[in-house]
Amino acid sequence: MDKYLLIPLLPLIAFTINIIFGKGIIKERAHWIAILAVLGSFAIAVSTLIEVLNGKTINYDVYSWIVSGSFKVTVGFLIDQLTAIMLIVVTSVSLLVHIYSVGYMHGDKGYYRFFAYLSLFTFSMLMLVMGNNLLQLYFGWEAVGLCSYFLIGFWYEKKSASDAGKKAFIVNRFGDFGFGIGVIMIFLTLGALHYTDIFAKVGTLQGQTINILGYNIDLITLIALLLFCGAVGKSAQIPLHVWLPDAMEGPTPVSALIHAATMVTAGVFMVARFNPIFSLSETAMNVVALTGAITSLFAATIALVQNDIKRIVAYSTVSQLGYMFLACGVGAYGAGVFHLYTHAYFKALLFLGAGSVMHAMAGELDIQKMGGLKKHMPVTYWTFLIASLSIAGIPGLAGFFSKDEILWLAYNHGTIGKIVWLMGTAVAALTAFYSFRIIFMAFHGKFRGTHEQEHHLHESPKAMTIPLIILAIGAISAGWVGIPAALGGSNAIAHFFEPVLGHPHVTAAHEEEFMVMSISIVAAIGGIFVSWIFYSLKPEIPKTLAAKFKGIYTTLWNKYYVDELYGFIIVRPTKWIASNILVAVTDGKIIEGIVNGVPQAIRNFGERLRKLQTGHLQHYAVSMAIGLFVILTLVLIAAGR
Amino acid sequence: MLPNLFFGYFAIVMVVLSLLIITRRNPVHSVLWMLVLFFHIAGLYLFLNAEFLAAVQVILYAGAILVLFLFVIMMLNLKEEITAERFIGEWPIGVALGISIIMLVYFALSKFIQGPVGQYTIEAINKETHTKTIGRVLYTEYLFPFEIASLILLIAIVGAIVLAKKRG
Amino acid sequence: MVPLDWYIGLSAVIFVIGVVGFIIRRNILIMLMSVELMLNSVNISLVAFSHYLQDLRGQIFVFFIITVAAAEAAIGLAILVALFKNKAAVHTDEITEMKG
Repeated sequence: MDKYLLIPLLPLIAFTINIIFGKGIIKERAHWIAILAVLGSFAIAVSTLIEVLNGKTINYDVYSWIVSGSFKVTVGFLIDQLTAIMLIVVTSVSLLVHIYSVGYMHGDKGYYRFFAYLSLFTFSMLMLVMGNNLLQLYFGWEAVGLCSYFLIGFWYEKKSASDAGKKAFIVNRFGDFGFGIGVIMIFLTLGALHYTDIFAKVGTLQGQTINILGYNIDLITLIALLLFCGAVGKSAQIPLHVWLPDAMEGPTPVSALIHAATMVTAGVFMVARFNPIFSLSETAMNVVALTGAITSLFAATIALVQNDIKRIVAYSTVSQLGYMFLACGVGAYGAGVFHLYTHAYFKALLFLGAGSVMHAMAGELDIQKMGGLKKHMPVTYWTFLIASLSIAGIPGLAGFFSKDEILWLAYNHGTIGKIVWLMGTAVAALTAFYSFRIIFMAFHGKFRGTHEQEHHLHESPKAMTIPLIILAIGAISAGWVGIPAALGGSNAIAHFFEPVLGHPHVTAAHEEEFMVMSISIVAAIGGIFVSWIFYSLKPEIPKTLAAKFKGIYTTLWNKYYVDELYGFIIVRPTKWIASNILVAVTDGKIIEGIVNGVPQAIRNFGERLRKLQTGHLQHYAVSMAIGLFVILTLVLIAAGR
Repeated sequence: MLPNLFFGYFAIVMVVLSLLIITRRNPVHSVLWMLVLFFHIAGLYLFLNAEFLAAVQVILYAGAILVLFLFVIMMLNLKEEITAERFIGEWPIGVALGISIIMLVYFALSKFIQGPVGQYTIEAINKETHTKTIGRVLYTEYLFPFEIASLILLIAIVGAIVLAKKRG
Repeated sequence: MVPLDWYIGLSAVIFVIGVVGFIIRRNILIMLMSVELMLNSVNISLVAFSHYLQDLRGQIFVFFIITVAAAEAAIGLAILVALFKNKAAVHTDEITEMKG
């Protein structure tokens, strides 16, 4: 067996073992199997990365799944620069989340189930990124959706958790619908499912239009937008971002996994993977860039006022994903994936840190009730601080390099680029602000919770802090592979990605690059400074501001009322249709009628048919003889013609 | 001319014997007429250069299967059987059906076209005797069906014992 | 040379006699004998084909049919014996348990 197959197969095996034997035999030992499997996958992923670094790309079919005439669906692997990085991100974050979960999920009655789902989730994501054809991507795409449903609704006894699971699944369905149509369109127009075939043929579509309801629509734009539709759902962009903050209902390690490595990054990965299609349509690119930028700004503003620690981090994920799409939209796919890769580490760290805080606070999520945690949980504090500095874009840390690359390349991309650059810079300031709001409110100052909680405060166990430390190292150093030339680096990662993702042409001088860089640094430091004034120095300012701009504050607090809007325009009409048409008419009359009527009809028919069964052997023989006679006659007639 | 006469004799006798078999009141008579019929069929096989099958026909059908029939007849109540009604009430329907099938076959025969011939000419078979030729084909080309046939017989033996055994 | 048609005709006539015998007789024993009749008629046509087409496959088939006929006779008669033991009946119109 070749080793590439083992990468997704090991977690699948772990899942199978845990789900079958977990309840009876394995029980509290479930994590060993899951961790060993992911560790194996990670080791193979590293060796694969080394091979790819040496210039090897792997593309082959493992297994023919469906063969029907010229239509052939295979399970195959394409491992190039993009996939290799994704493999590292997925397996490493997944591994750390697995280890962290040993501490976090300790004593949960669904312990084995949790690890089984984690393995399945990892498997699905690996299949998604490793596939060499569209259908396998689609398989992984749906599978991660299913796993997210399992894991978000992991504590299914809790209504909010199962609701959040359903919400994630259903909202994703909207996006997947478009994605599915996109896949079908590609197959219909190009007749190919393998990436290599698609990218080889996609040029022939240029200039073709398709007539929909009387409008001539550019075919490539349509396909690209349909694919992007899927990415919007999976990567929680406006208008389908609503599921991600609710996904907080799942256990915190799951949030970390969803937000950092699996699931949400799938959309960015897909857009980057299909860059040959997107690059052919300027309209689609602009849509991607603007959607990314608007989502980024939108989510960052919501994050400003939230008090739930996980919710703030969740909105920051939506915002950072917007950044990645912004990058893809200006043609800087490499920068987008680079940000995906650095983001994976500091975002996983933020979530696991938040989980560690929750662990100490006995499940408390409100940062207004925290404070002064610094001295109780130093490891969590320092790692969380590193992650916040990284996401804020402080020079030297991972987030700075990737964010700066995106902003710089956006700045170089004409008018649209300038607009999204401005938005991106604003987001950078907001990001720094809300990230440090958590730091100042939760870790500094005086403890504001109950006495009982204060007594309970403690540092988390080793299984949880070690992954935090490892991730902190990642959050510092992950970006060092992409130090731009302007700072004396070689921007190795951009060159690494160039064969797959290309590299946008940059004309502007280093001076401008320094200008862009300085602006974003100023924005970041400004954000942190304001945050320090607001929440450490003069805590009364935010309250005054909130009272003064009550309208804005409540709008932000209620997340722009998007959930309420959807509730009004989608959920309520659907429920009305469900109760008044489906239940009353379809279910009550039609289905009941069919359900009761069919057996009645069969019974009546059977009563008559029964009479044929006389029990006389000869009667049966005669019917056989008549059958023989009829068949012979038919054959003769057929032969006679 | 002579072969035609020969075939004519066989054909007429076989049809008459068949009719006798299905119309006799006493089953023992039916069995005995069937014995005569099987000998005639064996003769027809000889006429068709199939000595081995002729021998099998006599040994298996006449020797084994008919004896089995006779055994079973002995268990039945012959006295009652002789006086009982032979046919079902609707027998004309059966006869009509039979006649219509015959007519159909008659029409079909007029459209009969012979297929391509194979390699086993009479000379080829006679050169190394019929039994040897058929044996070679049976044990090479048809070895697997042959083994399955033996399994069918085994199952038949077991089944017959189980069914006819006294219960309890 | 006797035409092949004659053999097929003879085979058909005997087959139909077997069918008619199976349909009109009341006695299960005679019905079983009718089945043997049908099988033998098929054998005749197969041997005739084998002879005229100079192909041994027909005879091989006859061989297998004889095997199946032997098995069928054994099982059929065993069923008959069991039936007779349980119901003391050999006439089909006396056995109509399958009536719906």
